[in-house]
Amino acid sequence: MIELTHITKEYGKRKSLNDVTFTFEKGKVYGILGPNGSGKSTIMKMMAGLVYPSKGIVKVGEKKADRKIASNLAFLASEGMLYPSFKIDQMIDFFHSQYSDFSMEKAEELLVFMELDRHQKVSQLSKGQQGRLKLLLVLSRQTDVLLLDEPFMGLDPMVRDTIVKGLVSFIDYGKQTVIITTHEITEIEPVLEEAIVLEKGQIRAHCNVEEIREEQGLSILEWLKSTFKQEDVS
Amino acid sequence: MSAEFKTSKPIYSQIADRIIQQFVRGELSPGEKLPSVREMAIQSGVNPNTIQRTYGELERLGVVETKRGQGTFMTEENDMKRKLRLDIQQEMIAAFIENMRSIGLEDREIHESVNRFLKEGESGHD
Repeated sequence: MIELTHITKEYGKRKSLNDVTFTFEKGKVYGILGPNGSGKSTIMKMMAGLVYPSKGIVKVGEKKADRKIASNLAFLASEGMLYPSFKIDQMIDFFHSQYSDFSMEKAEELLVFMELDRHQKVSQLSKGQQGRLKLLLVLSRQTDVLLLDEPFMGLDPMVRDTIVKGLVSFIDYGKQTVIITTHEITEIEPVLEEAIVLEKGQIRAHCNVEEIREEQGLSILEWLKSTFKQEDVS
Repeated sequence: MSAEFKTSKPIYSQIADRIIQQFVRGELSPGEKLPSVREMAIQSGVNPNTIQRTYGELERLGVVETKRGQGTFMTEENDMKRKLRLDIQQEMIAAFIENMRSIGLEDREIHESVNRFLKEGESGHD
């Protein structure tokens, strides 16, 4: 369980997050949606303990989120996770040496699944291969919380599909709390249980994905558009 | 590639529809074991909780049976396939008639048009 209690983050005068309160329940898959600059990445970094709130409290499990939280939380950052001079297997060994929950067995399975060549250098990988390697590194860990910040950014539809399949195959459902920020809603929708819409640093809406289809006959993308349209009119 | 889903219906019930159609077409036999929740989730590219719901719904309808510790199986009840085929027929006819009426056809005209089509086949319209 992750609890955000009245969190605000200020960068100078600008508020990246403004009095956000929300509880992510254990074992569910959440999507955080919203335009650029809505505070998606800030919220993720905060839960990962990499950024501290100006006001409010972030708790992961029973602990306050700080740098040490990483021992029980895997974070796929949108930038700067890979070392260009490393080979893929060196990247894997490095993660293995840093995290005691890193499973070499899972990493081997994922190497095959993601069709990666262990001898290739990170600097020589395509964007799609880098995206797959990043996912391999976080999915090989056995943590209670998995945070994926823009896992699809800059990737073509085929790679996005592989990544969705990888998530379905390797997430520990019911045990791992998974939070994904993305713009590629259509691809990820069948994997999500709950969706949250962030705008201008605040939570604008929160819904259960299947309920929206059942009650309103809308996909999340359509729901998102209708939510924003209604607000614009009023 | 994962299958695409329509927005008008919950994903769990679209997967249930698919399984029923496969059963009616004979691609799934009575008593056949279905993939585990996990396998089915991976095949369809959806959250396993969704498949759990699909199987629950199919069980409620009597289309599948869950045997403890063994998995989920298509029903062996003889009448089920016939019943499901009738249900699907009804649904398809209802949708067809609604469409025809919405473009202003009388029931008599729908009748004639269907008869003509069945006699001449699709080629008759070219």
